Amino acid sequence: MSGHSTYQPQSGFMKWMESRLPIAGLVHSSFIAYPTPRNLNYWWTFGGILSFMLGVQIITGIVLAMHYTPHATLAFNSVESIMRDVNYGWLLRYLHSNGASMFFIAVYIHMFRGMYYGSYKAPREVLWILGVILYLLMMATGFLGYTLPWGQMSFWGATVITNFFSAFPGIGEALVTFLWGGYSVGNPTLNRFFSLHYLLPFVIAGVVVLHVWALHVVGQNNPTGIEPKGDRDTVPFTPYATLKDGFFISLFCIMFAWFVFYTPNFLGHADNYIPANPAVTPQHIVPEWYYLPFYAILRAIPNKLLGVLALFGSIIILAFLPWLDTSRVRSARYRPLYKQFFWLFFAVCIGLGWLGSKPAEGGYVLAARVLTFYYFAHFIIVLPLLGIFEKTKPLPNSISESVLKEGVPLGAPAPAPTAKV
Amino acid sequence: MIVSRTLLALVATAFLAAPAAAQEHGAPQPPAQKWSFAGPFGKFDQAQLQRGFKVYKEVCASCHSLSLISFRNLAEPGGPGYSAAQAAAVAAEYKVQDGPNDAGEMFERAGRPADMFPHPFPNDNAARAANGGALPPDMSVLAKARTYERGFPWFVFDIFTQYQEQGPDYIHAILMGYEEAPKGFTLPPGAHYNKYFPGHAIGMPPPISDGQVTYDDGSPQTIDQYGKDVSAFLMWTAEPHMMARKRLGLQVMIFLLVLTGLLYFTKKKVWKQVEHA
Amino acid sequence: MASKQQGVKPVTTVSSAGHSRRDFLYIATGAVAAVGGAATLVPLISQMNPDASTIAAGAPIEVDLSPIAEGQVIKVFWRGKPIFVEHRTKKEIDEARSVDLASLPDPQTDQSRVKEGHDQWLVLIGICTHLGCIPLAHQGNYDGFFCPCHGSQYDTSGRIRQGPAPLNLAVPPYAFLTDTKIRIG
Repeated sequence: MSGHSTYQPQSGFMKWMESRLPIAGLVHSSFIAYPTPRNLNYWWTFGGILSFMLGVQIITGIVLAMHYTPHATLAFNSVESIMRDVNYGWLLRYLHSNGASMFFIAVYIHMFRGMYYGSYKAPREVLWILGVILYLLMMATGFLGYTLPWGQMSFWGATVITNFFSAFPGIGEALVTFLWGGYSVGNPTLNRFFSLHYLLPFVIAGVVVLHVWALHVVGQNNPTGIEPKGDRDTVPFTPYATLKDGFFISLFCIMFAWFVFYTPNFLGHADNYIPANPAVTPQHIVPEWYYLPFYAILRAIPNKLLGVLALFGSIIILAFLPWLDTSRVRSARYRPLYKQFFWLFFAVCIGLGWLGSKPAEGGYVLAARVLTFYYFAHFIIVLPLLGIFEKTKPLPNSISESVLKEGVPLGAPAPAPTAKV
Repeated sequence: MIVSRTLLALVATAFLAAPAAAQEHGAPQPPAQKWSFAGPFGKFDQAQLQRGFKVYKEVCASCHSLSLISFRNLAEPGGPGYSAAQAAAVAAEYKVQDGPNDAGEMFERAGRPADMFPHPFPNDNAARAANGGALPPDMSVLAKARTYERGFPWFVFDIFTQYQEQGPDYIHAILMGYEEAPKGFTLPPGAHYNKYFPGHAIGMPPPISDGQVTYDDGSPQTIDQYGKDVSAFLMWTAEPHMMARKRLGLQVMIFLLVLTGLLYFTKKKVWKQVEHA
Repeated sequence: MASKQQGVKPVTTVSSAGHSRRDFLYIATGAVAAVGGAATLVPLISQMNPDASTIAAGAPIEVDLSPIAEGQVIKVFWRGKPIFVEHRTKKEIDEARSVDLASLPDPQTDQSRVKEGHDQWLVLIGICTHLGCIPLAHQGNYDGFFCPCHGSQYDTSGRIRQGPAPLNLAVPPYAFLTDTKIRIG
């Protein structure tokens, strides 16, 4: 991965600086000369989109915090005053609330892309695990942020989610009291949630640095799943990747703007425009859409502790993906069977999300159980076995080769006529 | 292959079984009305907002507060279009508590544009006591706080049609939905039967009747028209910057389309010399 | 292996052809993106300005002068600022008008700081023009106002006489509605 131009300071000042703090050289090697596989498709732009969205969320969040009041009796009205009185407050607030959803849309695409092309496989295990940590941090941040307007969904969402921790035998009760800072969700809870909601995005930004660092050590995966073999297989990050990312970020912004300007409350809940009322629970208590699959898993298990463990387990299991997938081939392009199971898994996740929005009764629970079983089976049964039994397609010799003659590898054994399983 | 097909079939069965088994409960969907403020170019109808405000002031305000709205809002752009002087005159009709004065006493004075609409009751418990135990909800964001289940696939289409007037549709439907309780339906004491209210037993008696509010502009003085007008007014109180939002939205959309197009061609040009998949 | 990739050349720079020519497309894209970035700053900066409720709360206030005895100063608030309303004595007015203007750091006549026909009423923004503290009334060497923070001294017309403050105490916009009622703002 060498051979691309390296940073040469031009001016005297930059030479002086470079020998003391080589920041320009770091930027050059990371974002200009950094070699990226030439065959990346648009699914690879979501890392850039995520960075962009993190920036949007942090900037709009800091600005909103200038007007928001984290107090149980004032929070709801302070959000309303942002919507009504603050200059462009409605825009900033809708950007932030819809931005959270856009962030999650992007992260889900990013994750499914990683799964499809086997981006978690050696040597990218640490990169992947950092990603799982980022996802967990995002979920925590999103949840904390959703409590801040202190509407009915905020309040009852906070109550339900913190009650997860009451499932732990023995310490559960003490643990939730500790989390709440009281005997129920109240003002101390809101105060600490605001503090943590402000803190976590910067933790996310820090882990993003590690994530990008790890990425730049091992290099990007690509649709073929084979490592670049030299300059011929790569292009410099700037302008190639930057422009491609820029184009897709702009496209993504069109979707973002559609929600912000035309259907700003579509992704929210009407109940959250009712001020928090500790005496009345909303009829259907549903989390934000991005938690729905996990909510379905929680409710599919009839036992409280096991339900909570299944919910956490369904996320933690992602961290073990590099070892659960035993196949030596990365990309689903060359794994015909895995490709089908991947889409099945994708459908199961969508299905779980839909079930999470439905009341926990009758056929919905049954369906959620079937899908929950499959969710875990995908990781614990399907992936380990596929690596052993799947007959993969022959890989091209190099990225350049696959780029030039799609599907007809040169110098590789001719594809067996029975490649289809 | 066979394994995955079987699993897919199993999943599909689970999906089909689910809704069938789930209990149907709740009220019929409120009929969708035509709103001037719907869609990407929607605008509030000033005359309608003024009529709706009249309905609120003469009917709803006796029980429902409007605690997030101040009189000055009536004169702000994108609203009912009153002049600053008219808004001040409306404010002056209300008595607002102020104080304490130098003697340490609270006193009442005429409202000013910066004041909020005063509550009809001193506190929530007083409101409950006066209304048979039911709390009349604050109306400031009511049009965004009320909705009904759209169901699949309509909620997906709503993204593209930009249908988001569930709140006003629902409020209008509630005003229209009072009828005789069907045989076999037992109403709790003090409750009223409403077709569109979840559970049908609503605490609010029919709040308005034909001809109750006099319109100066010749609009029909019917419950239907009152309902539409007050729902539109409440949509404005819930989303006072809607028109500014949609206007800016159009500008942003045009900008983004231009930028995206330029970025696309720039990207294409740069990548032209590079063979890639 | 390289021999099998004849068609693919290493890519190290943007392109060799046309690199020197400033391309219209690149400039247009960069310019549009820059305009968008700049426009994004508008709401981010604008939100720092007073919001609509603050502006509405800063509307003019009315002050009834009848309870203010001669020699008394009252303090009212307008836009979060303390406003001094002083009912001056004859002696204080004479003191203010007998000063040699040339000796003042910020020369202003007393007449220009009050409303004609209402010479006894002095209305000031009670904020020291040095660094924003509130001066104390009827103190200091000039019988006017004395700022305890850094020792600025103002006279009976609120003009700076001594100390670090550069300017006289400011007179807010106000008008007499009647002889005993003013509207500030």
